[in-house]
Amino acid sequence: MALLEIRNLHATVDGKQILNGLDLKIDTGEVHAIMGPNGSGKSTLSYVLTGRDGYELTDGDILFDGVSLLEMEPDERAREGVFLAFQYPVEIPGVTNMTFLRTAVNAVREHRGEMPFDPMDFVKYAREKATDLNVSDDMLRRPVNTGFSGGEKKRMEILQMAALEPRVAILDETDSGLDIDALKVVADGVNAMRSDERGMLVITHYQRLLDYIVPDHVHVLANGRIVKSGDKALALELEKKGYAEFLEQAA
Amino acid sequence: MAATTEAVDQVRSIGEQYKYGFVTDIDVDLAPKGLNEDIVRLISKKKEEPEWMLEWRLKAYRHWLTMEEPTWQKPQYPDIDYQDSYYYAAPTTTEKPKSLDEVDPKLLETYEKLGIPLREQEVLAGVEGAPAVAVDAVFDSVSVATTYKAKLEEQGIIFCSISEAVRDHPELVQKYLGSVVPYSDNFFATLNCAVFTDGSFVYIPKGVRCPMELSTYFRINAENTGQFERTLIIADEGSYVSYLEGCTAPQRDEHQLHAAVVELVALDDAEIKYSTVQNWYPGDEDGKGGIYNFVTKRAACRGHNSKVSWTQVETGSAITWKYPSCILQGDNSVGEFYSVAITNNAQLADTGTKMIHIGKNTRSRIISKGISAGKADQTYRGLVRVQRGAKGARNYTQCDSLLIGDKCGAHTIPYIESQNPSAQVEHEATTSRIGEDQLFYCRQRGMDEEEAVALIVNGFCKEVLQTLPMEFVVEAQKLLGISLEGSVG
Ligand SMILES: Nc1ncnc2c1ncn2[C@@H]1O[C@H](COP(=O)(O)OP(=O)(O)OP(=O)(O)O)[C@@H](O)[C@H]1O
Ligand SMILES: [Mg+2]
Repeated sequence: MALLEIRNLHATVDGKQILNGLDLKIDTGEVHAIMGPNGSGKSTLSYVLTGRDGYELTDGDILFDGVSLLEMEPDERAREGVFLAFQYPVEIPGVTNMTFLRTAVNAVREHRGEMPFDPMDFVKYAREKATDLNVSDDMLRRPVNTGFSGGEKKRMEILQMAALEPRVAILDETDSGLDIDALKVVADGVNAMRSDERGMLVITHYQRLLDYIVPDHVHVLANGRIVKSGDKALALELEKKGYAEFLEQAA
Repeated sequence: MAATTEAVDQVRSIGEQYKYGFVTDIDVDLAPKGLNEDIVRLISKKKEEPEWMLEWRLKAYRHWLTMEEPTWQKPQYPDIDYQDSYYYAAPTTTEKPKSLDEVDPKLLETYEKLGIPLREQEVLAGVEGAPAVAVDAVFDSVSVATTYKAKLEEQGIIFCSISEAVRDHPELVQKYLGSVVPYSDNFFATLNCAVFTDGSFVYIPKGVRCPMELSTYFRINAENTGQFERTLIIADEGSYVSYLEGCTAPQRDEHQLHAAVVELVALDDAEIKYSTVQNWYPGDEDGKGGIYNFVTKRAACRGHNSKVSWTQVETGSAITWKYPSCILQGDNSVGEFYSVAITNNAQLADTGTKMIHIGKNTRSRIISKGISAGKADQTYRGLVRVQRGAKGARNYTQCDSLLIGDKCGAHTIPYIESQNPSAQVEHEATTSRIGEDQLFYCRQRGMDEEEAVALIVNGFCKEVLQTLPMEFVVEAQKLLGISLEGSVG
């Protein structure tokens, strides 16, 4: 059984049809990359998977460990282990990253029947995870995404992933806005999370990221469905040729 | 800091019921319903007051008869029938208990239900080595237990019920009572002068730094008993005191009037920090059964370099009407007002502060955070007045409103009157909404909706919560979560 199975997914946003019969299977241990032109529905897919309000599934199903996610609230899906690194992380003024992380991690732990961290223990846990990602104590003490640079925000997303240890991680353009060094740090962080128990869906525009995070499968999303799948060579091919060919096919 | 998850647990555990909605079954000695000179005399007699006190009450009562209830404030409330309330209720234990063993066990049980922290219960119970928090428990208008009195007395600090103070320290009471809020001040304060039954009295002598937080738990208990607390705090030259006031009330059907008066006096180089966490029963979703809270709180920074800080976290009451104020008389005196007010469901609040700059180089700072949810409505009303002689006066005001949902309202009404050209007055105001994106972001990280709202709101209020004494921070954070229960979705 696949870890995540997306079947014939049709979805609308504000009454507008965005996804038109998308199929995708991710097994544990696998990293899938999705590439596609602007507006093709990549972020939409990530929101439909995570259950965001306003993203309406009109047909198809999403199975996680064989169980449909459709009836689950966004927070239930998250506690089950579905994680999204946002393309545009959200600011929460006045709430420190440390508090935010702890609240999130404890919500998930409680769901798993584990003891919640007390604040002191959590500081240790968070610091460990943070050092690997070059996140300073000072950053942990600052409010969530408030006044953070684009690249810093993306690093914090990966830190959240590392702390939450999800079963499936969707990374929506985590590479955009990163400088070369940060890209490596983030890629290392992601690679460290690759495991036999976990699947990943990496959304990106750039082949460059895939040099660092080498995917098992690459898919092209156009006009709301997967129009081509292949291995990492497909990403190189796209880099050369662009999407024109696929858009024609899809039309 | 740790409180958000706990807050959610608490929210879950209380379900639909107001947590403190229970009535303790203690015999209550009630004066007949209604208000007239005889009731005023009865109260004064029950309290064994001297003649001057009775005269003052009667003067206030007669003045009150000539006054009209104010109508300028935003919340409109049903007419209050002042003749249909009780003005005196005291636990029937006539003798003051000498030790806590003698206190009605039901009362101690009540503390337990209120969730008074164990540490403070220990203090109440007089356990050896209990931490330094002095609790003056106001139970249905009469102070039943005043603790740590002896320890405070060593330093010459007086912390007792106002009735005791009237009897034991008449010279201080006569000098300062009504000196900040005169008997003729306003409709509710004047009523309070006539019928107040209890409250706290604090005197910190010259140069003494009060070694502990002084704390009072208010709790309205008897059905239909109006609450008329009177608090008077005097910080003599160079002294310091931090005072905590916390309130809960049991659930009931009829609206209850609460008209307290708090007077603070800070002399030269003295500092008073007054913190309130208030969670009186706000009424049901339609506001039925909630408390009317019409309070007059005012501080006189009478001395040079004196300082008063008001911090309040207001989550309760059906209707709140209060403006803790500072009269900055002494040169270089400082007034601060930090406020978080939450209104949910049908709650109405009209709050704010007044800073009256009289002395030279007086400074004031106002940080107000208003949160509105449901169909609640809230108004911040702030007056900053700089009088002619207040050369170099400065004020900074920041008012932020956070709206949850689209049926609630928030209004900011600043009044600025400056008669001195050298004064600097700054006002900033923002209004924002808890965004769908913020909620989704939190939920995507595993938090349920209530927890997400509590977290976001705690962040919004951080600046104010930081000014609370440590003991209150966690309690306040929990309250924010509880009071916003059911505000989204
Ligand atoms: N609320 C909305 N109302 C109407 N259309 C929307 C809404 N949200 C998204 N869309 C449309 O859905 C389409 C897919 O958007 P989506 O954000 O999923 O694209 P994307 O593939 O992630 O693009 P990018 O590479 O630019 O991030 C776009 O045409 C977008 O304009
Ligand atoms: Mg996108």
